[in-house]
Amino acid sequence: MGYRAFKELDWPLIIVTLILSGLGIIQVYSATNGTKWDGAWQKQIIWVITGLIMMWGIAVIGYQSLMGKVLYLYGGVIGLLFATTLIGNKVFGSTRWIRIGGFTLQPSEFVKIVLILAIARYLVEFVRPGTTLTWGDLGKLGFLVGFPMALVMKQPDLGTSLTYVPILVAGVLMAGLRWKQLLIICAALAVTLPIGYNLLKPYQRDRLVSFKYPERDPKGTGFQVIQSRIAVGNGGMWGRGAKESSQTHLGFLPVPHTDFIFSSFAEEHGFVGIVIALVLYFLLIMQVVQNAQTANDRAGLYVCMGVAALLLFHVLVNVGMVVGKMPITGIPLPLMSSGGSNTWSIFLMLGLVNGVRLRRFVN
Amino acid sequence: MAPENERARIQSSAPDVAYRDDPRDFAGKVAVFQYLTVLVFVFLVSGFWQLQVQDPEKYVEAAERNRIKSTPLLAARGKILDRDGRVIVDNRTSYSLLLNRDQIKAEHLPAISSALGLDYGDLAVAIRHNTRPQIIIKDQLTRDEIAWIEAHQDESAYPEMQLIQSWRRQYPQNGFAAHVTGYVGEISENDLNLPQFSEYHQGDIVGKDGLEKEYDKTLRGIDGQQRVQVDNFGHERQMETTQPAQPGQDLRTTLDLDLQAVAELAMQGKHGAVVALDPRSGEVLAMMSAPTFDPNKFTGRISRKDWNEIMNDPFKPLLNRATQAEFAPGSTFKPFTALAGLETGTINDETEFHCSGGASFYGNYYGCWKHTGHGNISLHRALRESCDVFFYNVANKLGIDRLAEYAEMAGFGSKTGIDLPNERESTMPSTKWKLRLSRQKWYAGETISVGIGQGAITVSPLELAVAEGGLGNRGKWMQPHLTFGTAPKVLRTGHFNPENVEKVIDGMYAVVNEPGGTGHNAALPGIKVCGKTGTAQLASNKFLKGTAAGRAMKDNAWFIAYAPEEAPEIVVVALFENGEHGDRAAWIVRDVMKAYFDKKERKAKGLELQTEIQDRLSATTLLPTHFAEAKPKE
Repeated sequence: MGYRAFKELDWPLIIVTLILSGLGIIQVYSATNGTKWDGAWQKQIIWVITGLIMMWGIAVIGYQSLMGKVLYLYGGVIGLLFATTLIGNKVFGSTRWIRIGGFTLQPSEFVKIVLILAIARYLVEFVRPGTTLTWGDLGKLGFLVGFPMALVMKQPDLGTSLTYVPILVAGVLMAGLRWKQLLIICAALAVTLPIGYNLLKPYQRDRLVSFKYPERDPKGTGFQVIQSRIAVGNGGMWGRGAKESSQTHLGFLPVPHTDFIFSSFAEEHGFVGIVIALVLYFLLIMQVVQNAQTANDRAGLYVCMGVAALLLFHVLVNVGMVVGKMPITGIPLPLMSSGGSNTWSIFLMLGLVNGVRLRRFVN
Repeated sequence: MAPENERARIQSSAPDVAYRDDPRDFAGKVAVFQYLTVLVFVFLVSGFWQLQVQDPEKYVEAAERNRIKSTPLLAARGKILDRDGRVIVDNRTSYSLLLNRDQIKAEHLPAISSALGLDYGDLAVAIRHNTRPQIIIKDQLTRDEIAWIEAHQDESAYPEMQLIQSWRRQYPQNGFAAHVTGYVGEISENDLNLPQFSEYHQGDIVGKDGLEKEYDKTLRGIDGQQRVQVDNFGHERQMETTQPAQPGQDLRTTLDLDLQAVAELAMQGKHGAVVALDPRSGEVLAMMSAPTFDPNKFTGRISRKDWNEIMNDPFKPLLNRATQAEFAPGSTFKPFTALAGLETGTINDETEFHCSGGASFYGNYYGCWKHTGHGNISLHRALRESCDVFFYNVANKLGIDRLAEYAEMAGFGSKTGIDLPNERESTMPSTKWKLRLSRQKWYAGETISVGIGQGAITVSPLELAVAEGGLGNRGKWMQPHLTFGTAPKVLRTGHFNPENVEKVIDGMYAVVNEPGGTGHNAALPGIKVCGKTGTAQLASNKFLKGTAAGRAMKDNAWFIAYAPEEAPEIVVVALFENGEHGDRAAWIVRDVMKAYFDKKERKAKGLELQTEIQDRLSATTLLPTHFAEAKPKE
């Protein structure tokens, strides 16, 4: 199928992806030029190119055969998460990375792909079409997602672990729940979330609430929220341009090339710039959803919707954090934030989506 | 499970359920997701709209505050110079500590205040009350304090601290000319609320007294700002536009340091005042008041101990006795009584009165200072020998209102309007004055004392100098002033019979130069000095009443003189408190006059100006403060 697959790839999706990656590389360059992260843009180019190759590879291999091997994949990522705990690099007090050869990997990023495949496989294999999920199904799915989530939270990496939730939610809602179940789940969450909040580490708790009242501790937990808002506001309608973006270039924005890349983008390109970027993200998600609608089978639909939900969650939480409407969770902006594992994991997901696309006319 | 089986099973199951495995069954749910996506993006765009389009100025300003660190560049105050351009008040560079408001951490304040010897409570209050982004908390840092600050201003310690260069006002030591120059200090809360201080800010240094206060707007400069771009770590990146400080203008005064130094030296260890004027223009050549104070102690923040010491001193060193203290003029007033008598025709130069050592008027006995009496005496001798009985009679014949008419022409009863703050008004009694003051009738008996400058009449040394100088100026009274180059201003002109004026002046010449005169101590060879002694009883010396009882019993000694007789260029008044007799003040006046004429002669001969001035000055300033010596034991 490889020879014709190239033409059959979802080119609108790939073009939007490439534009966003390009914007990301330019922004990484602009934001890190002359800082200690100088050169991050070159690495990002390498990650995007290798990511594109991975995307092609995954698209060709196809979601179906990957779903077939999902048990090994699941076992593999769980093993990597344990390995991270044992031999990982500790950075800023959390152990998220393992060193493989010359570079570091963040296994928790790849858990996302495996979870998308695992949930799709479960829903296809154990849930009959036309029926809704039983409490047993929910329990099993919950464990499937909850186990790696717990490991990642332990690192501790609350943000990444939370990104697994939209995959589960998308799968469960797509497969179908009865209203009664939905109500019970909502009620149960209403009770357990405050308890979970109290189990969080104090610094995580501070970050979760500080976006609401950053002025309480402008030098501490509120600092990033305040500085990000200032950067965005400083951009105004048309942006400050790459040279005048003082928040980005004078170090007031924390990590202006990773989690806060959109703040720096907003400062340099203004409201006009961010509307264009957000429209591109919107098109990206809609294109993924379109692939779900045209998927050949339920599995393809679950995969695409999992990817779409994950992308939407990432954009919502990251961009929401940048404008001070979401807590600081430290999850990156897909395609634009600099970082190897995250970039690869996004391209791998888009590879799954392209795989669905390639197979839409099969049978 | 073998992977091949897996794939086979999934694929093989597909055809069985093909009609139910159609993703189109999920269309409704997918649509819900799409709507949700639209909502999320609208929510996000609205967030950017608020920050970037609705209210960007707030954030642009915040970004500006982040990136620009502005440091005040303090403007130097103008110097105060003497008439020859010699520096009286100078500035010395020093260092001040300021705190950047947005970096202040409350928990740092106790450590900072204790290291710099500041009161923690005062510091906390000052920071709360001050609204500026940067607050100067200590001036005139010592070397040790600077070292401590430099060692503790990094990120890990107290990064809010910033050293800036500032200026310390430097006054001559030991209170030299202190009452004229005045002093500076931090603006007070009360002043800040006044409309005339609307341009001033908390923490500003302003003139508090003397010329520093009077000419504050001229002397103070405009502070500049140095703006530096900084990053989040406080590193300076690049200079932005710098607004340089505009130094204040120098103030050239009419004072002559040579004369001032002589006056200061002459008054060492005494209480009183010396004023020297040019009667033709009103230029003040010298003005001093003793005891004095050290204005250097007031610059910036005066210590509570020093402040209390000065405020509780019974001799009130802050008081400028030359302009703010009123004394009975005593016999120095007699020339005006004489002039009034001649001008009104009450007497002529032939008119004689008999002095038997005293005389009775209206049932009261009034003594003459010479208890043995002057015998039959006329105007010339009465002035020369300062016969009281003669002037009792003149005053009695004149009546208070005619006497007051002439005295008021000379300035008695009004201020001179000199350019110094808080000048006191002299008092010239009259029937109207008494009616206004106490709603009582004037009794003719009260006129008798006024005729010899006693009673309700009071005058400050400056006012007396202006009055006598105007007389020497043949009835033209000039407003005294301290700024060089100010156009002379005539206060009043008296249209007198020139012969009458000459008769009075001639009498004053006799005081110094004729046998029997009371002011021989003021004589200068080759210079026609006219003078008048005065010995004023302390009854009207209100401000010293009740202090140091033993000293208070003694009379104040006055001496006034102008020279040369035909066209006076200088008038000098010396008040020597508790000096007992006027001739004790005469040599003070003579010294100042001599300095003036010596300098004039040197100038005329083209010789170099006196260089001893420096020696004299250092002699003055190196001596211990005289008011400290004169302080009574407690």
